[in-house]
Amino acid sequence: MKTLTIAGRDFSSRLFLGTGKFSSNRLMKEAIAASGTQMVTMAMKRVELEDKEDDLLTHIITPSIQLLPNTSGVRTAQEAVFAAKMAREAFGTNWLKLEIHPDPKYLLPDSIETLKATEELVKLGFVVLPYCQADPTLCKHLEEAGAATVMPLGAPIGTNKGLRTLDFLKIIIEQANVPVIVDAGIGAPSHAAQAMELGADACLVNTAIAVAADPVEMAIAFKEAVIAGRRAYEAGLGAVSSDFTASASSPLTAFLNN
Amino acid sequence: MKVRINHKEVETSATNILQLHQELSLPSAGVAIAIDNNMVPRAEWENTAITQGADIIIIKAVCGG
Repeated sequence: MKTLTIAGRDFSSRLFLGTGKFSSNRLMKEAIAASGTQMVTMAMKRVELEDKEDDLLTHIITPSIQLLPNTSGVRTAQEAVFAAKMAREAFGTNWLKLEIHPDPKYLLPDSIETLKATEELVKLGFVVLPYCQADPTLCKHLEEAGAATVMPLGAPIGTNKGLRTLDFLKIIIEQANVPVIVDAGIGAPSHAAQAMELGADACLVNTAIAVAADPVEMAIAFKEAVIAGRRAYEAGLGAVSSDFTASASSPLTAFLNN
Repeated sequence: MKVRINHKEVETSATNILQLHQELSLPSAGVAIAIDNNMVPRAEWENTAITQGADIIIIKAVCGG
């Protein structure tokens, strides 16, 4: 399998994990380890002064894992730039998952604000990985603005619906000159394998692993699905027949007739 | 003196950001602090004075996708 490179950093694992929704930090840590991931997303929140919960970062920081703070909660490019500066300070990295979704019901990204924020953040030296609509034109604009990857959605966040944007993902993958990471909506290992077979460079998965009955086992299932899908893509899938006529893969017991 | 931290009024005796960080027993990593919506880099905490009524935002790392 080819190594994935993003902004000069090599990733041998093409599965990225979100850290939300796990029932405990212990399970999250075990799932991260089992998945083999080398990049995990995190979020930020305002400190509540009475709240003394345990320090999340100690569960995650290892040299092999790239932290990818997100800007979840911001509604505009301006708020995203502020959040990005806070994230760079808090997490000690200039990598950023840019996500701007002002609508709390569908959590769909605002394309105009996302493009504006990408332009600004690239100038400020951030490695910007924007979560975006599966819009091929937008993805080209994000690439031209200097995004390190594009991260089009398969379906709305947390829905587990799979690749509802399939045809557009194909166009994005065909046209992109930066890595394409399918983010959001991936609910089963088969969805991840499908994205990888299409030629996606990586998948970002959170809910499907975190809320599984056994998150550690599910992390392994996703790891294997991403590897299988990528290997299949690199091996070159056979053409799909346009009709139902069979094409024999055995010599049809011809010896009986001769 | 009174300041606003994350939109709540708080009494503090800290006169700079570093002292405030210590007073609130915040974690050493995974925290960022802004005054009037300007992030203050850690290296400047000690030299950044807090004044009466300052609007301070403190964030920390949490789980998220």
